[in-house]
Amino acid sequence: MHHKTLVELSAGLRQGEYSSEELTRTCLDRVALLDKQLNSFITVTEELALQAAREADARIRSGEAGPLTGIPYAHKDIFCTRGVKTSCGSRMLDNFIAPYDATVTQRLNDAGAVMIGKTNMDEFAMGSSNETSFYGLVTNPWDSETVPGGSSGGSAAAVAARLVPVSTGTDTGGSIRQPAALCGITGLKPTYGRVSRYGMIAFASSLDQAGPFARTAEDVALMLGAMAGFDPRDSTSVERPPDDYTGGLNKSIKGLKIGLPEQYFGEGLDSGVTAAVEAALDEYRKLGAVITEISLPNSQLAVPAYYVVAPAECSSNLSRFDGVRFGYRAEVPADLEDLYKRSRGEGFGAEVKRRIMIGTYALSAGYYDAYYLKAQQVRRLIREDFMRAFEQVDVIMGPTSPSAAFRVGEKSDDPVTMYLSDIYTIAVNLAGLPGMSIPAGFTADMPVGLQLIGNYFEEAHLLNAAHRYQQVTDWHNRVPQGYE
Amino acid sequence: MALEAQEVERIAHLARLGIDPDDIPDYARNLSDILAFVELLNSVDTCGVEPLAHPLEAVQRLRPDVVTEADERENFQSNAPLTEAGLYLVPKVIE
Repeated sequence: MHHKTLVELSAGLRQGEYSSEELTRTCLDRVALLDKQLNSFITVTEELALQAAREADARIRSGEAGPLTGIPYAHKDIFCTRGVKTSCGSRMLDNFIAPYDATVTQRLNDAGAVMIGKTNMDEFAMGSSNETSFYGLVTNPWDSETVPGGSSGGSAAAVAARLVPVSTGTDTGGSIRQPAALCGITGLKPTYGRVSRYGMIAFASSLDQAGPFARTAEDVALMLGAMAGFDPRDSTSVERPPDDYTGGLNKSIKGLKIGLPEQYFGEGLDSGVTAAVEAALDEYRKLGAVITEISLPNSQLAVPAYYVVAPAECSSNLSRFDGVRFGYRAEVPADLEDLYKRSRGEGFGAEVKRRIMIGTYALSAGYYDAYYLKAQQVRRLIREDFMRAFEQVDVIMGPTSPSAAFRVGEKSDDPVTMYLSDIYTIAVNLAGLPGMSIPAGFTADMPVGLQLIGNYFEEAHLLNAAHRYQQVTDWHNRVPQGYE
Repeated sequence: MALEAQEVERIAHLARLGIDPDDIPDYARNLSDILAFVELLNSVDTCGVEPLAHPLEAVQRLRPDVVTEADERENFQSNAPLTEAGLYLVPKVIE
C-alpha cells in the first residue's frame, strides 16, 4: 500500500479496497519501524490521525469524499495545528501548543486529509541541510551519511522513504525544491501569495511560501488545489481563485519553449548533476519542446541580496520570541532585560542567532541604505531579468541544486558555503515566481533534481511539463534501498 | 568588512540576544564572512532603481474596522510561562 500514489490510494479508498483507518495505520507502522533512522518526525499524532481517518471513512461511505479524503499526510512543524505541539524545529517553541490552526492546516483538514504528524525541519526554516534543528538532524533515505536538504528536510525524507504519500513544506529560498531534489521526489513552491501564510510561523515574510511534496506531479497538483486560495487573514494573499491544476496535466508540450539560463550551468555545478540535467532536457526535446539559451545576468547577486533581505525580515519577525507571552523562558531572570536576553540566547540555536544579528546590523541606524535598500533594488533587477526571459520562453529549466546530497557536517561549519547550496533556487523567491523540482536521474547513486521555473501564477504549466516528463521517465518511482 | 568583538556585542544587545562570551570570536568571524559575501551587491550600479518591496507590487489590503475575532485570551495565555488574573507576568520593572 505504501508504494501507491495519492491518486491510486484515493481510488482504492473510494472502491473500498481498504479504509482510511487501515491506510493510516500502515503509515503509522512504517513511521514506528523506520523513523528511528530517519528522524523525519518531531511529533507523531497517532490518536488524532486514527480519529480523523475514521471520520474520513464515514465521509467516503456517504459519498462526500474529495480526492484528498482519507489520505495520510505529514505536516511541516512550521504550520500551527490547534492543540498539537508546533515547535518550528526550535527549543524556543519546544513547549508551544498551537492555539489555532494555520489556514493550510484547516484547508487540508476540510479536504479530509489525515495528518499523521509534524515533521522535522531546520530551526525556524533557516538552513539547507536540516542540521540546525533542535530535534537533531534528519538523514537522507538514499544514504544515511548524507543530508536530506532543508529546511523542509523531514517532509521530503518522509515522502522519499514511503512513510507517507504526500507532505507539506515551506520555501523561503529553496526549502521545498532543494530537499525535493536531494531526496528524489517532486516539490512545488507556488507564486508568492498563492497559498496563505496565516498560521505559518514567519521567517522572511516577503519570501515565505507554502507548497506540497509528493512523488508525482499529479499528486502535487491535487495537494496544491487543496492548499491554494485567497485568505482574508493573510494580508499578502492574492485575491484570485486557484487554477485547475489537474485538468491540463496531459496536454501536449510540443512547441513548449524552454529557456536554459547560461548562469545556471557554469562554474560550481557538479558534473554528474550536469549530465543528469542534460539527459532530462533531451527527454523534453523528444517530447517536442524547443530549447534555447537565455541569460539572467544578475544571477550571481541573488544569494547576497537574499542574505540581506531574509535576515532583516527574520530579525524583525523573531523579535516576538521574548519569553513573555509564549515559548521558552529562562530560569530566574534578574530583570526584564536579562529575561529577554537569556530566553532568546538559550532558546535560539547558533544559525538563527547569526541571522538575527546580520538582520539587526543591516537594519541598524546608518546601515539601512547600504544593505536593505540596496538589496531591495537588486531584487528588482533580478525580477526584471526573469520578466525579459519570459518574453522569449514559457518555462525556465536548470539544476535545482549544484550538487546531489552532501555529507552530514560537510558544510555546517561554514555558513557562506552552506548558503551557496541554494544558488539556483533563491532568485525565484526574490522574484516571487513559482518553481518546482522533479526527479531527473542520479549521480553516484544519489538523486538529482531538475528545476522548472514559471511566470507568475503558471503553476498549472509547470505541473503539465513535469507530468509529461514523468510519463516517459521513471525516476520518480525509484525507491531508496531499505524502504521498499 | 570585519566586525570586532565589541561590534558583535553591540549587535547582540540591540537584538536582545544573550550570547556566550566564548562564542564571540566565532560569531565575529562568521558574521564578517557573511558581510564580506554580501559586499558583492556593490558591484552593480542601482542608481535610480526603485526598491522592490513586493514581487507583485501589491499594496496593503484594508478591511472594515470591525471585530472579527472571538476573545480567546485563556486559550492563548495557556502557552504563557507566567500569568496572573489574565495578565502576563515579568520581573519587576518599576521600583
